[in-house]
Amino acid sequence: MPLAIRHASTLLRVVGAIIGTTLAALMIVLAMGLAPASAQTTPSPSPSPSGDFTSTFTIGGLIRDGDTPLEGVEVRVEGDGFDEVGTTGADGRWVVPVPAQGKYTATLLPDTLPAGVAPRDPENITRDVNLATTNTVNVLFPTGAGTVVESNIGATILTRVIYGINFGLLLALGAIGISLIYGTTKLNNFAHGEMVTFGAVIFFLFSTVIGIPLVPAIAITLVLSAFTGYAQDAWLHKPLRRRGVGLVQAMIVTIGLSILVRYVILFFLGGNVQTLNTGLTENVNIGPATITLASLVSMGVSVVMLILVGLFLTRTRIGKATRAVSDNAQLAAASGINVDRIIRIVWVLAATLTGLSGILYGIFRQVNWNMGFQILLLLFAAVTLGGLGSAFGALVGSLIIGIVTEVSTVWIPNDLRYALALVILILVLLVRPQGVLGRKERVG
Amino acid sequence: MDWGQIFNSAAGELLSPVTAAYALAAIGIGVHFGYAGLLNFGQAGFMAIGAYAFVIPTLLFDFPLWAALLSSVFASILFAFLLGIPTLRLRADYLAIVTIASAEIVRYVVMTTGLTAITGGASGLSGFNSTFTALNPFADGSYGFGPWVFTANQLWVRVFGWSLVVLASILVFLLMRSPWGRVVKGIREDEDAVRSLGKNVYAYKMQALILGGVFGSLAGVIYVLPRSVQPTNYATTLTFFIWTMLLLGGAATILGPIVGAMIFAVLLTLSDGLIRGLISANIITFISSTQAGQVRFMIIGAVLMLLVIFRPQGIFGNKKELSFNV
Amino acid sequence: MSETMQTHPLVIGEVGPGCKKVDPIVVADNVTRTFGGLKAVDVVHVEIPRNAITALIGPNGAGKTTFFNLLTGFDKPNTGTWSFEGHSLARVPAFRVARKGMVRTFQLTKSLGRLSVLQNMLLGATKQPGENIFTALIKPLWRGREQDITAKAEDLLDRFKLLEKSSDYAASLSGGQRKLLEMARALMSDPVLIMLDEPMAGVNPALTQSLLGHVKQLKADGMSVLFVEHDMHMVRHISDWVIVMAEGRVVAEGPPDQVMNDPAVIDAYLGAHHDTDLGEMTGTIPVAAAPETATATATVPTETTAAETEREVEK
Ligand SMILES: Nc1ncnc2c1ncn2[C@@H]1O[C@H](COP(=O)(O)OP(=O)(O)O)[C@@H](O)[C@H]1O
Ligand SMILES: [Mg+2]
Repeated sequence: MPLAIRHASTLLRVVGAIIGTTLAALMIVLAMGLAPASAQTTPSPSPSPSGDFTSTFTIGGLIRDGDTPLEGVEVRVEGDGFDEVGTTGADGRWVVPVPAQGKYTATLLPDTLPAGVAPRDPENITRDVNLATTNTVNVLFPTGAGTVVESNIGATILTRVIYGINFGLLLALGAIGISLIYGTTKLNNFAHGEMVTFGAVIFFLFSTVIGIPLVPAIAITLVLSAFTGYAQDAWLHKPLRRRGVGLVQAMIVTIGLSILVRYVILFFLGGNVQTLNTGLTENVNIGPATITLASLVSMGVSVVMLILVGLFLTRTRIGKATRAVSDNAQLAAASGINVDRIIRIVWVLAATLTGLSGILYGIFRQVNWNMGFQILLLLFAAVTLGGLGSAFGALVGSLIIGIVTEVSTVWIPNDLRYALALVILILVLLVRPQGVLGRKERVG
Repeated sequence: MDWGQIFNSAAGELLSPVTAAYALAAIGIGVHFGYAGLLNFGQAGFMAIGAYAFVIPTLLFDFPLWAALLSSVFASILFAFLLGIPTLRLRADYLAIVTIASAEIVRYVVMTTGLTAITGGASGLSGFNSTFTALNPFADGSYGFGPWVFTANQLWVRVFGWSLVVLASILVFLLMRSPWGRVVKGIREDEDAVRSLGKNVYAYKMQALILGGVFGSLAGVIYVLPRSVQPTNYATTLTFFIWTMLLLGGAATILGPIVGAMIFAVLLTLSDGLIRGLISANIITFISSTQAGQVRFMIIGAVLMLLVIFRPQGIFGNKKELSFNV
Repeated sequence: MSETMQTHPLVIGEVGPGCKKVDPIVVADNVTRTFGGLKAVDVVHVEIPRNAITALIGPNGAGKTTFFNLLTGFDKPNTGTWSFEGHSLARVPAFRVARKGMVRTFQLTKSLGRLSVLQNMLLGATKQPGENIFTALIKPLWRGREQDITAKAEDLLDRFKLLEKSSDYAASLSGGQRKLLEMARALMSDPVLIMLDEPMAGVNPALTQSLLGHVKQLKADGMSVLFVEHDMHMVRHISDWVIVMAEGRVVAEGPPDQVMNDPAVIDAYLGAHHDTDLGEMTGTIPVAAAPETATATATVPTETTAAETEREVEK
């Protein structure tokens, strides 16, 4: 079966190239970097809560600086299968409804404290909460004038912009995956978020749980991610295309897959948030802004990968064929391109990039079972903003979304930043329906 | 372990207000997707809008029941316009993305701390049920038989919820056999063709979006009547579950959404009860009871996939109707 | 053919691209549409005669479908104005255009697969009270109209040999039958002008003959017809008037016999399209002669008609 061999070897080459270059990029960026420093938690996210509960169990508390109630301080409550952030109101109170009695942890997110206020005991900001006999438990977090440096607005914005670019770049890796799959097959893949989670979780498993070095852990993660792309096309979507299953139906199948995979991950990982141990916790100063070394490495890796994807799409034969299939699959097929093979390559490529995006997102925030699903919408928004099916558009859209979500937190409440990104998406569609870089469809 | 108890509670789910709410929401996306071909992935948003627009005026302005219901309906009409104006002229997938995004925006907004005074923030709202129970026509006591024994208040909320479901079904039936239904179904097949025949496609799509959205908002009301409003309930997962119910029953059918919701609710309770039962009887030892709660979601995901692949027409759908790939 | 002016009963003055009609139903001016760098439609002036069968021909990619889309409101032009029965249609949405009596069909058939053939037909009818969401709820308000249009639909289906299929899903029809259904459906609204985009493509040859009859009957019923067609037999057989498009422009127009002997037409076809549809044409025009005349006019295809007439005389 020479065809199958050629097919497989192309795949191997593509995957190999991706992994090799990721590692190379990582080395380069590391070489500029510094020695690993002591462990420190990465900046904590404010993920969108999820779940389906009707309960009256709550965990809450009151956060004050002296006698002044602090507003907008976030506390994260986690438990088995549960993860939610509560924010204090004007009276300094926060409340998180939880699904059931049981053991939870509550973690104060010190980033959200006002300038000049810090936890009295910065090393001890996580409390174990046991909700056993009552319906409500109060948790205390004493605060005081801390060591937090007053920062000026310019530096804050610059820091946010840099984090925004970092977030945007890692979103782009996932968004380009969605865009390539959409471009070649016209399928909206709702299971894409789980591909992000998969990358993060596998990387967590190898780097932090098993504890093998960073570089082989990344390599293993990318290989396994690539395999999920292969599997999704070979075992699910190609048979569906064969059967002539419509696009809407195929999309709903991906929704089912997304639910299934998400809960399988929850089943094995548990509901707790996990912190990746990359050893890259040093802070780096860029002008007045301060970011973590991990973010810097992450940006470097993303940029190198995105450039490579760009070169792949524009310079290589397979890349050009991919664009031809995206333009017009029938025409491409008629001109001798093996469309199924291109689609297979696209799935593998997309899954690998998305797995990488998961690793970086896990480093940027933390790892939990729900992380990919939480950013799925941002990925879709990025792809739609850029124009459905345009890989370059996905990059532009991702950067817009990344920067908007991070920078907006300077002015609007943290818990509304994703909402703002989605509002922008809708506004853009009103003005420019085909997206920033998209083309109009042919009618009639 | 008490098997009787497990089956009893599963059977009780059959008529529960949550099932009625699911059914009504599923009828709503049945109008959207099954008949008009609109991909609404924001039904949870319509439900949230319905619930909050019902509860907030009740709590803040002492709205009577009828006025609160009207407020709920108006809010969902407004929401449908907001969604429809930018997207109904665009390709179908844009509506999918915008509806799912809008539903999330709604959830983020009702949860934000700045609005806690109005929406209750992350802890939601409660204590609004008195206007509803005050109108309870049933005398105190217990009603029903077998697994379906209710107090007067429980009966009242069920009668109210299921009456809305029946009314909505009749409305959908009347509309879909009419020329209006013909135009809407034509739009599902090919909107340009319908446009070329002189029909204002945009207006019809908007009407369908509003109709299904109003059903969604009333479903949101039924959902919260016997309890409190919890913003976490209105996540995208809820929308996906309602889609599963709709497809289970059959998208372009009258009874499909109702039966789909019932099967879904019963299966969910039953599988959960069974797994927990087996764990407590030490028959299953390798999973914890928390994990048991997760297994049923895996089942939902798998059922959704298998259903769409192997029985896309659902239980009531016409196989022939879906065998064409249009 | 005389050396002087070409005239025709449908035309005021001289026959040629953009000539004035005695009773035009559609008048278009400066209609252009570009896609990226490509000018798909660039029509300076054209008039469609009333109560006549007009054929719009031209090679693939000439812009015929795009021109249809523009006239019927399915696409928006970059520039231009056009009117239908004296009313301007620029920026009028597609469904309003159809309601004014200008109804089109599509090159790629758009039958509504999961509706029955009869339901497809009924959808074409206008003035249905039951199409309003409120009256729809009360059957007595629309039952009467429903009965009338059902009778009319069955009559049309019978004419188009689709009556036995009336309760089948449209998706189960053959490609040719769908073309017929689409045409019949368009007729349900009693259009003033019917615009058919390649109505014969894919239709069983045995049926085309009867279809030709239908189209002629439309004219007899008082309708105007504008159709795009590649089959030159059909064009020659039924059309009163032929308009030729190439590269977005109207390069020639006239009665069928004259146009089909026009070197500009052959040029338009040979320019981009010399492998199809020329069976009929090469029959009437000396093959050897065609290339020379073609190159002669290639650069100035819209030059004065007088020059073209001269060349015709030379033959
Ligand atoms: N939506 C579109 N986007 C880009 N190019 C288009 C579009 N629609 C038509 N075209 C181009 O415009 C030209 C005219 O096409 P068309 O009107 O379909 O020609 P015809 O119907 O005469 O064969 C072609 O070159 C075609 O590729
Ligand atoms: Mg055409």
